[in-house]
Amino acid sequence: MNILNIDYMVGLVPILLRYLPLTLAMAFAGMVLALALASALAVIRVLRIPGLNGATLLFISFFRGTPLLVQLFLFYYGLPQVLAFLTQINGVTATIMGLTLHFAAYMAESIRAAIIGVDRSQTEAALSIGMTNGQLMRRIVLPQATRVAVPTLMNYFIDMIKATSLAFTLGVTELMGATQKEAAGSFLYFEAFVTVALIYWMIVEGLAWLQRRLETRLNEAYRR
Amino acid sequence: MINVRHLIKRFDGNAVLDGIDLSIEQGEIIVVIGPSGTGKSTLLRCLNFLEKPDEGHITIGDLSVDAAHARRDEILALRRRTAFVFQNYALFANKTALENIAEGLIVVNRWPKKIAHSRAHEILTSIGLADKADAYPASLSGGQQQRVGIGRAMAAQADVILFDEPTSSLDPEWVEEVLALMKQLATERQTMLVVTHEMSFAQDVADRVIFMEGGRIVEQGPPSQLFQAPEDPRTRDFLRKVLVNQPINPLG
Ligand SMILES: Nc1ncnc2c1ncn2[C@@H]1O[C@H](COP(=O)(O)OP(=O)(O)OP(=O)(O)O)[C@@H](O)[C@H]1O
Ligand SMILES: [Mg+2]
Repeated sequence: MNILNIDYMVGLVPILLRYLPLTLAMAFAGMVLALALASALAVIRVLRIPGLNGATLLFISFFRGTPLLVQLFLFYYGLPQVLAFLTQINGVTATIMGLTLHFAAYMAESIRAAIIGVDRSQTEAALSIGMTNGQLMRRIVLPQATRVAVPTLMNYFIDMIKATSLAFTLGVTELMGATQKEAAGSFLYFEAFVTVALIYWMIVEGLAWLQRRLETRLNEAYRR
Repeated sequence: MINVRHLIKRFDGNAVLDGIDLSIEQGEIIVVIGPSGTGKSTLLRCLNFLEKPDEGHITIGDLSVDAAHARRDEILALRRRTAFVFQNYALFANKTALENIAEGLIVVNRWPKKIAHSRAHEILTSIGLADKADAYPASLSGGQQQRVGIGRAMAAQADVILFDEPTSSLDPEWVEEVLALMKQLATERQTMLVVTHEMSFAQDVADRVIFMEGGRIVEQGPPSQLFQAPEDPRTRDFLRKVLVNQPINPLG
């Protein structure tokens, strides 16, 4: 085995980091959209809204039951063949769509569990002093559900950042796509992929650090 | 002031409340006793619509609600005129003691936050917990949590406070402080409807004791009469069992 080409790796870092914004942008967009969709799905499930409840179950079942890569190919290559208006869809949009739908399906269930986990008697207490359902959700239930859901949701976010690398299979040059191109030029595949692995790892560690700080703050009210 | 007419609540076809008639005067302190599963909690919960009664009328002051056809705004209005103290305290876990008391004032009564907090401070002082204003429920003892629960009910300025076994979840060491606070409210002539197994509290504080069984009011009267000279055999039977474990001072 050749000795690792450290100089190449160090030189590669700034080149790859130019693609970090796209990777993060896809992950952030996916996360924000997935959170919104997942919250809506969770509320539908908790309130068992007739009609929507069944559709929600089917949605969750499909997007949890099939691989993300299959879903991405379906959106990017498959759907435009049957839905003409999707012909303009680019790889970045398809990735964000796929990440949103896929992760929303998982997150909906965590959010639902967190909402249900808030002690029912607090809901009754809020009702007993004359709060409306909306008021008690906003002021009592959701703040507590958030605290329970945050660790799981952060894990999904971390997963999502790594999953953006699949965008490279749709021809998007993000962190992973850029690495692939650089490696193909230099033939230093091992160095290139170790470098990109380290970059992903650093991002995730940074987020894990943020997560711990956030949890400490959210747990403040519950320390005995 | 409060008038309940022919209240009926069924669970799966069973009439858990089987035609309750009840009038409560302003400032009256009523204790409800009776065997387990008799509908005591259900009665209290129906009075502020945590359960929706199937039939009957509830009148509080100038507000009269036909239970079977209660509108949303009527239910909210009724809840604002009643306050509830729960057996398990049911404090808002994400709010401090002060915020628990101020919450209803801010959200329901739409008081400015500052004024609500200063009112909540007054209440905390009167329940002896001024130093716990910023403590979260998880860090309070059971007795302290229940006192905050009572403080939250006091803040609502309700026409009646409904207590559902307020001391039953407490370790014995905390029971006295909660009963003392309830006695304090009684001397201020706060109208109260209290479900409890604390017979000496009923003896000392109640204006009237109601014995319920099978979803009905079997017998009621001042504690001296109900405890010393119960008329119905079911009342006598119940009291015999209960008072064996919990003798009360017959001279009250
Ligand atoms: N949500 C519910 N669904 C079905 N049955 C219920 C419900 N709530 C209460 N019940 C039934 O109604 C009856 C009366 O219950 P309730 O809790 O009012 O009794 P209680 O007098 O408060 O008893 P305890 O002294 O044990 O608290 C019981 O048989 C109970 O099982
Ligand atoms: Mg009960």
